[in-house]
Amino acid sequence: MNETIRQQIVISGVGGQGVLFVTRLLAEAAIEAGLPVFTSETHGMAQRGGTVVSHLKVGPFASPLIRPGQADGLICLKAENIAAHGPFLHPGGWTVVNSQADGPGHVDADRIACGLDDARAVNLLVLGFALAAADEAGKPLLFCSPADVQRVLQRRLAQRESALKRSLAALAAGASAAKVAI
Amino acid sequence: MTRKLMMGNEAMALGLVENGVSLATGYPGTPASEILASVAKSRRLRTDPIHVQWAVNEKVAFEIAYAGSQAGLRTAVSMKQVGLNVASDPLMSAAYMGTAGGFVVISADDPGPHSSQTEQDSRLMAVMAKIPVLDPDSPAAARRMTAMAYQLSEAFRIPVMLRPTTRVCHSRQDVAVDAEVLPGREADFKRDPLRWAATPKFRLKLHGELEEKLARIAAWPETAPVRHNPAAGGRRALVASGVAAAHAREALASLGLEEELPFYQVLQPFPLHTDFIDHLIADYDEILVLEETVGVIEMQIADRHRTRGKWTGAVPRVGELLPEAVFARIAAFAGRDVDVPQLPAVPGRRPTLCPGCPHRASFFAIRKAAPKGIYTSDIGCYTLGMNLGAVDTVLCMGAAISQAAGFYQAYRHAAKPPPVIATIGDSTFFHAGVPALIDAVVQQVRFVLVILDNRTTAMTGNQPTPASGVGACGEPLNAVAIEPLVKGCGVGFCRTADPYDVKNLIKLVKEALAYARQTGPAVVIARHPCVLEEARRTGRPPGPPPVVTDACDGCGFCVERFECPALVMNAEKTRVDIDPILCVGCNVCIQVCPKGAIEEAKDR
Ligand code: SF4
Ligand code: SF4
Repeated sequence: MNETIRQQIVISGVGGQGVLFVTRLLAEAAIEAGLPVFTSETHGMAQRGGTVVSHLKVGPFASPLIRPGQADGLICLKAENIAAHGPFLHPGGWTVVNSQADGPGHVDADRIACGLDDARAVNLLVLGFALAAADEAGKPLLFCSPADVQRVLQRRLAQRESALKRSLAALAAGASAAKVAI
Repeated sequence: MTRKLMMGNEAMALGLVENGVSLATGYPGTPASEILASVAKSRRLRTDPIHVQWAVNEKVAFEIAYAGSQAGLRTAVSMKQVGLNVASDPLMSAAYMGTAGGFVVISADDPGPHSSQTEQDSRLMAVMAKIPVLDPDSPAAARRMTAMAYQLSEAFRIPVMLRPTTRVCHSRQDVAVDAEVLPGREADFKRDPLRWAATPKFRLKLHGELEEKLARIAAWPETAPVRHNPAAGGRRALVASGVAAAHAREALASLGLEEELPFYQVLQPFPLHTDFIDHLIADYDEILVLEETVGVIEMQIADRHRTRGKWTGAVPRVGELLPEAVFARIAAFAGRDVDVPQLPAVPGRRPTLCPGCPHRASFFAIRKAAPKGIYTSDIGCYTLGMNLGAVDTVLCMGAAISQAAGFYQAYRHAAKPPPVIATIGDSTFFHAGVPALIDAVVQQVRFVLVILDNRTTAMTGNQPTPASGVGACGEPLNAVAIEPLVKGCGVGFCRTADPYDVKNLIKLVKEALAYARQTGPAVVIARHPCVLEEARRTGRPPGPPPVVTDACDGCGFCVERFECPALVMNAEKTRVDIDPILCVGCNVCIQVCPKGAIEEAKDR
């Protein structure tokens, strides 16, 4: 059904922000859609507040890493990482970034998180934004929809009601920020 | 068919469980840590019991698993590459004696290195031990190779190494999960002292047997190299193994060389199949070899004038072989002129201890108590004490103590010997610190050892330590307490304190220094649980952040000397603010600020 889908996405942030969690949610959404998926993660020392980056490849790939100049999109939880990880994008690739500045694909997730009184929600806010965002032609940026990721969250957090509620709220807040931006 | 997202480490664990492992051991170390925990999780797929345990170090882990194999069971031991150094003694000997049940040694390498002291190649250890090694390119392959490893091990009665790299261990892939599950066997040790307790004379015979085994393994069809494109022709060939082979597959596709450049993937880098070597030399003029991190395959292709690889300098010898490097090497080899974008060298954020980490308080106190000291340290989160200027050396597991002894001896006859303070984590102390401490007691080494006891193995994901009293499956076990162990080593000064009370810890370290100057080793146990582990365990939300008052004049002392990530200097450098997202309310900074400008939060 979806054999033609191929998407390479870089997810970047600093240790403790939940880069791994975002990567996993997207990867599981891919599996639910019957798509082959590959991810690569940062573990160990760098997880203590250092720069962290995940690679997500949806479609028929063999290698877990994305070559610079090949990524379709960059989801960036820390604006300062753009200099390091922007060059993963191919010309015309999109960026969604947590930033106080204005610009296409920019969302001030730190501020919205404070508003939600949930400091740790930044990762899901940015993810919600990316899921709801579309390119100039109105085509969604990502291979899956907010509803797909909601389903993954519902399954993963089935046992933990309050965490699920908080996560869904963050995802929704990010998504509505994207609608306003468009 | 159900497909599940699986980390390479989980996939290997699943492979072990599906293939009848009965005894699995290990010592945590990035990137291998999740293997054993995942065996513990997936052991429920079996109806018969599996013994899963963390051992005190890799040597002990290896020996336990090896004995299980001698008793006829399928067993496995997992560790990171530098852990294999610790287990190399039994490894070399086990290769001679051979096995009864299948025995798999998983040694995870870390080209980069991302989280290790060295980029060493475990496959060279396999060469030295003379055992076969398998090199997976993905989580799915790593799982298949566990089955292959057990067959190989039992067909030739030899330990088999499975060597994943970080990009196999820590990548995730969709993996089909409903395979057949083999039950384990009953233990059945067959006495054979000539083999299992061989004297040097018989070792010679065993060595001869080992060589014969290797020759036959180099002809074993099951692990022979795979030719991906039989139709491709020409006098040039590409040979790759591990993750480099995965990168190569994609590079060939994007260069349109899939059906042009003959491409072989090596599954068993040592011993390289003899026929394969002959074929390469007979049929090709130039052979590009891509592998991590040393040219182990390349070394075995006898004609050096035809190979292009690590030894010839065609492929970089240092660092991870990233897909862009693989792409560029293949393009150049095939005579294609292409532009290969690279990442700019941007210095990322340096890692730091977590906000509220008890180690930060300990290092601060140590520097206060002995500002001119030599600080030897060890492997763990606390290596990051470097940021606080309280770590001068880090060598390998347990070396903090022996190096402290070395520095003491080096300065012994100096006019004013500097104080020497060693720091070591609880898990590392058990792992390799105890013998060094015994030695220091015997030699009356005048130094202070601060054991940073955070009740866990934090760096690798909070595995239990021998003091925890719980096992790899969460089962209750005996606990070994640190204080009696230290005293049992013969240390006369052993006191415990909570580092969150910084003043008290400074006082105690000073007392320890005074004792050490007069007498010999003094030990201070700085005990406070890891904040990450504590938050996970209790689910308790963090306390409220303290408040910075107008007394703060932006002197920067707390930012530079205490470097809690939650303390942020404002842009004008006139005052420090506390980031409420990062702060966990440990209140230690209150004791650090020389102006008294940080105060406890009033009740919210
Ligand atoms: S994980 Fe625990 S021990 Fe490691 S830096 Fe964080 S708080 Fe400290
Ligand atoms: S209370 Fe102070 S030292 Fe503790 S986490 Fe907050 S800012 Fe850091």
